[in-house]
Amino acid sequence: MANLSLQSISMSFEGKKILEDIQFVVKDAEFVTILGPSGSGKSTLFHLIGGLYKPEQGHIFLNGEEITGKRGSISYMPQSPSLFPWRTIVENVLLGAEIVGQADKGTALQMIEKAGLLGYEHAYPHQLSGGMKQRAAFIRSLMSPQPLICLDEPFSALDEFTRVEMQKWLMNIWVEHKRSILFVTHNIEEALFLSDRIIVLSNRPATVQKEFHIPFKRPREESLLLTEEFLAWKKEIYNELRVIV
Amino acid sequence: MVLILLFIIWEISSHLFAIPAWLMPPPSDIFHEGITGWSNYNGHLLSTIQLTLLGFMIGASFGVIVAIGLHTIAVLREIVYPFMILSQNIPIIVLAPLLVIWFGFGTLPKLIIITLVCFFPIAIATLDGLKQTSSELMHYMKMAGASNKQIFWKLEWPHALPSLFSGLKISATYSVMGAVISEWLGAKKGIGVYMTLASSSFRTDRVFVAIFIIMIISLSFFALIALLEKRVIRWQSKGGEHTDG
Repeated sequence: MANLSLQSISMSFEGKKILEDIQFVVKDAEFVTILGPSGSGKSTLFHLIGGLYKPEQGHIFLNGEEITGKRGSISYMPQSPSLFPWRTIVENVLLGAEIVGQADKGTALQMIEKAGLLGYEHAYPHQLSGGMKQRAAFIRSLMSPQPLICLDEPFSALDEFTRVEMQKWLMNIWVEHKRSILFVTHNIEEALFLSDRIIVLSNRPATVQKEFHIPFKRPREESLLLTEEFLAWKKEIYNELRVIV
Repeated sequence: MVLILLFIIWEISSHLFAIPAWLMPPPSDIFHEGITGWSNYNGHLLSTIQLTLLGFMIGASFGVIVAIGLHTIAVLREIVYPFMILSQNIPIIVLAPLLVIWFGFGTLPKLIIITLVCFFPIAIATLDGLKQTSSELMHYMKMAGASNKQIFWKLEWPHALPSLFSGLKISATYSVMGAVISEWLGAKKGIGVYMTLASSSFRTDRVFVAIFIIMIISLSFFALIALLEKRVIRWQSKGGEHTDG
C-alpha cells in the first residue's frame, strides 16, 4: 500500500523560486510520471520527497503519515546506476534493503535471475554493461521494502535500443509487483509508454501545468509506440510542453 | 638486470683502482660477510623486525584513528591538521635524543619514533580517501535513508580502502627506517646497533650488509602489504572506471 500526497509544496534556492505550490497524489499501484523540461526542478522535487531537504512550504504525506524532511521513507533509483564498485551484484541489490534492515538473499537471487542477470550475481559492477547495471539498480530499489519507488530519469543515459528494451522490462516487472512508482523524465514517449498518469511541470518556478490520464491498456506492447492514438497523445503533450518553453 | 650490472661494475672498479676495503669493499666481500656473518647479526635482525612490526601496527592504527576522527569531526580537522604537518617537520634525529631523555632507553621511545614516522602517510591518505567519496553514491545513500553510521561503514570506509593501502605501503618502508634510527639512540640489539658497531670499527663490509638487510626487510614488508591489498581489494577494474552510465 502506498499513497503519496504532496500538498502545496514550495521551494527556492538562493532566492530563486524553484517549485511553487506543487500538489499531486500517487495512488496505490499507480505509475505516475513527472514530465518537464530540463532544469524545471524535477530532481529537487525528488529530493524533497526523499527528505534530503525540507520544503519552505507544504507537507508530504505517505499513507497518511507525514514524511516531510524525513529520510528513508521511499525507495530510490538515481539517474546513474550508482552501484557500489566493491560490492558484487547480489550485495548491491541487497543494499537498499540492508539500509532499512531487511536483507533477504534468496529473493534477491530470484530477482536477479528474472532480470536476466543470471551468472552475474557474483560479478562486480564494472563487468556489466550499462543496461545490466540499470537493471541491477532497479532490482535494488524493488528489493527495498518501502511501498513507493522513485525513479529519477533512470534510462536517460542509455542508447535508444537499450532504452526501449529497459522500458519493456520495467513494465513487465512492475505489472508483476504492482508497486507505486513515481517516475521522472523529460522524454514524452517514455512517459506515455509507461505511465497511468502524467503530470506536466511548467518551468521556473515549476508548478503543475497539466495532468493527463493515459488510457492505454496493459500489458502494453512496443507496437503501441507507432499507433495513431499514441502519436496523437504525443502531439498533445508536446504542444503542452511547448507552451512552457 | 641493472642491479647486477651495477654490481659487476662496482666489483671490477674496486679491483681495478685498488680501493681499500675499509673505504669501499667490493660486493663479493659484502656477500661473503653477509653469508658467513649470519650468526653475528641474526639476533639483531629478529629484534629489528619485531620492533618494526610492532611500531608499524601501532603507527597504522593511530593513523587510521586520526583519519577517522578528523573526518567525522570537521572542527577537529581544522585544529589538528596544522599540528600533524608540524609533527613531520621536526627532524627525527633531533627528536630522538629528547625522547630518550623523557622515556629512557626502553622500547617506548623507539615505538614513539616509528609511530611518528608511520602515522602521517596513513592518516593523510585515508583522510583523502574518505573525503573523495563519490558524490553520486553519497546521494544514493542519503536518498535511501542511510544513517551516518551506515554511510561510513557501507560507503566511505570501503571507498577509502585503496587510499589506506597506498598509505600503508609508504609507511611500511618508512617504518624500517624509523626502527633503525631509533636503534641508533641506544639499544642492546637491532640492525641499527649492528650498523653503529660496524662503522665505528671500520668494518665497512658489515655496514653494507646492514644496508642490504634494511633494503630487503623494507622490500619484503612492502610486498607483504601489496599482497594483502590484492586480497582485500578485488573489485577494482583495470581502468578504475566505475561510474559510466
